[in-house]
Amino acid sequence: MTARVREAWAGYAFAAPTLLLLGVFVLLPLGGAMVISLQETNGFGEGTFVGLDNYRRLAQDPVFWRATLNTALYTVLVTPAAMAIGLGLALLLDSALPARGALRSVLILPMAISGVATALMGVLIFDENSGFLAEVARALGLPQVDWQTHGPAAFASVVIMTLWWRVGFNMLIYLAGLQGVATELYEAARLDGANAWQRLRHVTVPQLSNQSFFLFILNIIYSFQVFDIVFVMTGGGPERATTVLVTYAYDTGFVTRDQGYAAAIGVVLLAVTLAVTALRWRAQRRREETE
Amino acid sequence: MSSHVTRRRTAAGLRLLGALLAAAVILFPLYWMVVVAFSTRSSLSGGGLRLWPEQATLDNFRRVLDSFPVLTWFGNSVAIALVTSVIIVLVNLLAGYAFAHLRFPGSGVLLLVALSTLMLPVQVIMVGLFRLVTDLGLYGSYWAVILPTAASAFGVFLARQFILTIPRELIEAARIDGATHLQIFWRIVLPLSRPLIAVLFFMSMLQVWNDFAWPLIALRENALYTLPVGLLFLQGQFGPDYGATMAFALITVAPMVLVFLLAQRWFVQGFSRSGLR
Repeated sequence: MTARVREAWAGYAFAAPTLLLLGVFVLLPLGGAMVISLQETNGFGEGTFVGLDNYRRLAQDPVFWRATLNTALYTVLVTPAAMAIGLGLALLLDSALPARGALRSVLILPMAISGVATALMGVLIFDENSGFLAEVARALGLPQVDWQTHGPAAFASVVIMTLWWRVGFNMLIYLAGLQGVATELYEAARLDGANAWQRLRHVTVPQLSNQSFFLFILNIIYSFQVFDIVFVMTGGGPERATTVLVTYAYDTGFVTRDQGYAAAIGVVLLAVTLAVTALRWRAQRRREETE
Repeated sequence: MSSHVTRRRTAAGLRLLGALLAAAVILFPLYWMVVVAFSTRSSLSGGGLRLWPEQATLDNFRRVLDSFPVLTWFGNSVAIALVTSVIIVLVNLLAGYAFAHLRFPGSGVLLLVALSTLMLPVQVIMVGLFRLVTDLGLYGSYWAVILPTAASAFGVFLARQFILTIPRELIEAARIDGATHLQIFWRIVLPLSRPLIAVLFFMSMLQVWNDFAWPLIALRENALYTLPVGLLFLQGQFGPDYGATMAFALITVAPMVLVFLLAQRWFVQGFSRSGLR
């Protein structure tokens, strides 16, 4: 065997364990989900092929549309808010501050905490009878907010806990990016008479475009596939006000056990994720070309 | 001049205030969880706003430990997180080395396919994965959680980026000396990859420890639950008994928070590097 052939074999052998795991536990189930989405299933048993019936049913299912709308709204609220707050905190921590290290540790602490625990803390705060906010409102004589029984309020509480959970990660990525921004650029902008806002807008933000792109994609993917926080905090209620695509897929697939239908929801979710990512990708490429 | 200095001081003061405010918002729910976990049941149901427990009690912890197999769940979480993380580190390092330094036909395409699976989290494929795991006879065992969780391409990306920074000359020199690829991996790549191993290991531990959706589906028996699944189960049983729920939540959160604070350097490196393309 020549050295080159030996190297090729070694390459395949070294890559094999990972590729095998990904093939068996990601790609195979993906194919499986697509096949099952074309079947009508009875419990966890074998299904019969029904063509695109599940997808037709989806199109006429008001709960599916509600879940889609909620998922879109959640994404539109969480993605820009998490990025903007993350950038703001990163700018704060990038400036001269006492106890910067300790502050950073605190702000990224939620990254160590599970979605389930985060959601339970959310319940503790937003419980409309005995939660922290209810007690505060009572003590101050303020009107009570029905955080659990009023749809929009419940939705807001889920978004707030999500931001609590995810802002630290966004900040960390921006903080790493800020370390790479050339200080000469600020000096030049300052000499040109740019004020703080203009420097942020025209120097900092463009320099962080790689980080923004990465965070945008990651936040979108996360938001489309949110499960833990919603499932534990509201269970999708009240009256479907916080039902998102994945909690609906879980309910159909593993509670009412309509697995073919649940698989179809998963396939739709995947298609939407890929489409949005591809669009954003193309926009980024075009921007890089014009620059 | 002096007004300029004052203005700068005011700006610095405002920045500090903002940062402290943000820190307070982050810390408060955690603090509140601790307060509730150590409060007596009567003081919690009594109503009224208290910002600290009147008298600290361990009753909630006792109640939780007496009625649920908390220690078993804790052991399950530790075992699953450790085994999964070791597998991830090992197989991703091997693949990272292959994609960074070995030439083999199709390596570019294979890397692309591997990385594209990052777009496919378990939520999208859960029905297919559930069927597969059942067909393989794994359903309801630890392996039903471990193997699908270990199938992660994130580490491949990190490992390849890191191993690319190992000088090629080092590897070429070893080849000329007649070392096999396995020897090169073992004697050169592995020792130089210690920081990468730490980053990958800690990030995997964190992710697996906190995982919820897939263990919820894959673990049938109460005795096999991991902590987050147990936490949800327990919340269903105790309902509005927040003292008990928060005592258990604290048990599930505390170890990882401790590890996170102690090993923060590795986490920060890992997450920061994941953002640089």
